Amino acid sequence: MLKILALISMVTLSAFAAGDATFEAVKRDLNVPAIIMFFIFIMGTLGITYWAARKTKSASDFYTAGGGITGFQNGLAIAGDYMSAAAFLGVSGLIYLKGYDGVIYAVSFLVGWPIILFFMAEKLRNLGKFTFADIAAYRLGQKEIRTLAAFGSLSVVILYLIAQMVGAGKLIQVLFGMEYEYAVILVGVMMIIYVTFGGMLATTWVQIIKACLLLTGVSFMAVMILYHFDFSFEALAVQATQNHTSSESILAPGGFISDPISAISLGMALMLGTAGLPHVLMRFFTVGNAKEARKSVVYATGFVGYFWVIITIVGFGAIAFLNSAEGSQYFVDGQLYIDGGKLFGGNNMASIHLSHMLGGDAFLGFISAVAFATILAVVSGLTLAGASAISHDIYANVICDGKAKEEDEIRVSKIFVVVLGVVGVILGISFEQQNIAYMVGLAFGIAASANFPILFLSIYWRGLTTRGAFIGGFIGLITAVTLVIIGPIVWVSILGNEEAIFPYKHPALFSVTIAFISIWFFSKTDSSQRGKDEREMFRAQNVRAETGIGSDGAVSH
Amino acid sequence: MNNELVDRIENNPKYKELVSKRTSFGIKLGIFVLVMFYTFIMTIAFNKEVLATTIGDGVTTIAFPIALAILVISFITTLIYVKRANGEFEDLTNEIKDDVKDLM
Repeated sequence: MLKILALISMVTLSAFAAGDATFEAVKRDLNVPAIIMFFIFIMGTLGITYWAARKTKSASDFYTAGGGITGFQNGLAIAGDYMSAAAFLGVSGLIYLKGYDGVIYAVSFLVGWPIILFFMAEKLRNLGKFTFADIAAYRLGQKEIRTLAAFGSLSVVILYLIAQMVGAGKLIQVLFGMEYEYAVILVGVMMIIYVTFGGMLATTWVQIIKACLLLTGVSFMAVMILYHFDFSFEALAVQATQNHTSSESILAPGGFISDPISAISLGMALMLGTAGLPHVLMRFFTVGNAKEARKSVVYATGFVGYFWVIITIVGFGAIAFLNSAEGSQYFVDGQLYIDGGKLFGGNNMASIHLSHMLGGDAFLGFISAVAFATILAVVSGLTLAGASAISHDIYANVICDGKAKEEDEIRVSKIFVVVLGVVGVILGISFEQQNIAYMVGLAFGIAASANFPILFLSIYWRGLTTRGAFIGGFIGLITAVTLVIIGPIVWVSILGNEEAIFPYKHPALFSVTIAFISIWFFSKTDSSQRGKDEREMFRAQNVRAETGIGSDGAVSH
Repeated sequence: MNNELVDRIENNPKYKELVSKRTSFGIKLGIFVLVMFYTFIMTIAFNKEVLATTIGDGVTTIAFPIALAILVISFITTLIYVKRANGEFEDLTNEIKDDVKDLM
């Protein structure tokens, strides 16, 4: 433990030293109350990690917190996973930038929940154990399905990780005046420590605490904003339209989702993608029984829905407050918004600046600490999901034929936490300029194309065979990843090419369709004996999925 | 799970009742949520001017109460589902488990 603390202080100190050098350029004062709040929080979460590390003994503890989390706690943790940096900083930033278009994201993010609950949650729980690949591999070939699922999970995790890294880097940059690159490295190191030592129990608790603090903090902001306008949304809206160059059009769907294909594609990605997010699916296994698992979805939906309402108020509040004459200190060189000024740290930082304007240094410190914890908690959950895809699916079940020793499996998992941390840092640095809500949209798109079809068809379609799932699944995954790479964001903005090969920002409509068709085609044409056996086994799988008979849940016996 | 157990459960009338009731309940609620959401998305895609209609003499558009309604309704449908799943469906499941206890 001492070694870890020494490591953190070393990294922090060196990053501060670097920050000092660039301080002139950033021209922001070091905010002492904010930084004190921040470190109190970090120490607190490290304490939790230490406590959890002592309680984490078996693989079941490490992956699913031993199945001992209640429905309410789990609901908060799921909501915590969902209320990520992208949700908090990204969507409020998007509303600040584009108005109502950001609200469309918020609504689409929630609608996936009821759908998961009605069609997937119960069956997932009854069939699964640690990762979602357990479900698809129930009657299909272990090796093929686990390889596929691991690649799918990793693609989603990495893309989602980049979005969170960018948010964290920007936040620390704004708060400490630290260089962006150092800020991202600091986040990477913290994340690796949390996950390798605490596992799922630590990330769950950090997630729960953070969810409470975030809901409290953002509620306080929303009330302060509404108080200023005598609790009239209309008055807030009037002020916002006067302070935005697009005036009244910010109150209705606008140009951000410009063509029908993009609108449908985004809606599909956000809705189906939720059902394919590996780190959220894992949370169905952390509660003791099916009743609690169902309750946790209700709690999660309630918290997340409430969160989107207050984020909408905060987003429009940011337009009304930051873009006023008093907001000049939050803009680079004090140049006002109406004169074409740019916010420090970009539009993703709108809610952070707003917290300072509403509640001064101490509140800024609180909100920044919560935002940072948000990122850390989500990033840890994601890394854990990514690492378990490799250790549980690839290492234990593909390489060792399911005969791996538990200690070895956990060790492999920890090694990959470090690898993912490094990858996240490198990509986080190259994606610096992207809006993080949009990046999350892409991660959801890949989840919807790669993980969702396999999961859905393995639960509901008797005819699914290993061949169909393996070939079709990879076609879906490769299509989604390729379309993202040759699409406008990566091809033009990151790689610097002139024009995108694939014109739409969101590929889900195409990639999900292609995934379903290819899985269907390659299963249908599979006439092997193995395929026949697998179709036979559907009956037993279905009985277990419906009743839970034969499933041992997440608790080891 | 062996074939005998699967046969026993599949032929249990309570199992048939559970599956048919829960499936149709889930589908009904699911279709309701999907229709609601895709009406919203399709309106944005094809006829977004409708959502720019203002409420009364103000500047606030009807797009806001609609978004709020979608959030609230999504939550209420999950609540409705879980109430029934944790009551009626859970009881049925436990009865089925009781019926096949000797084979487990």
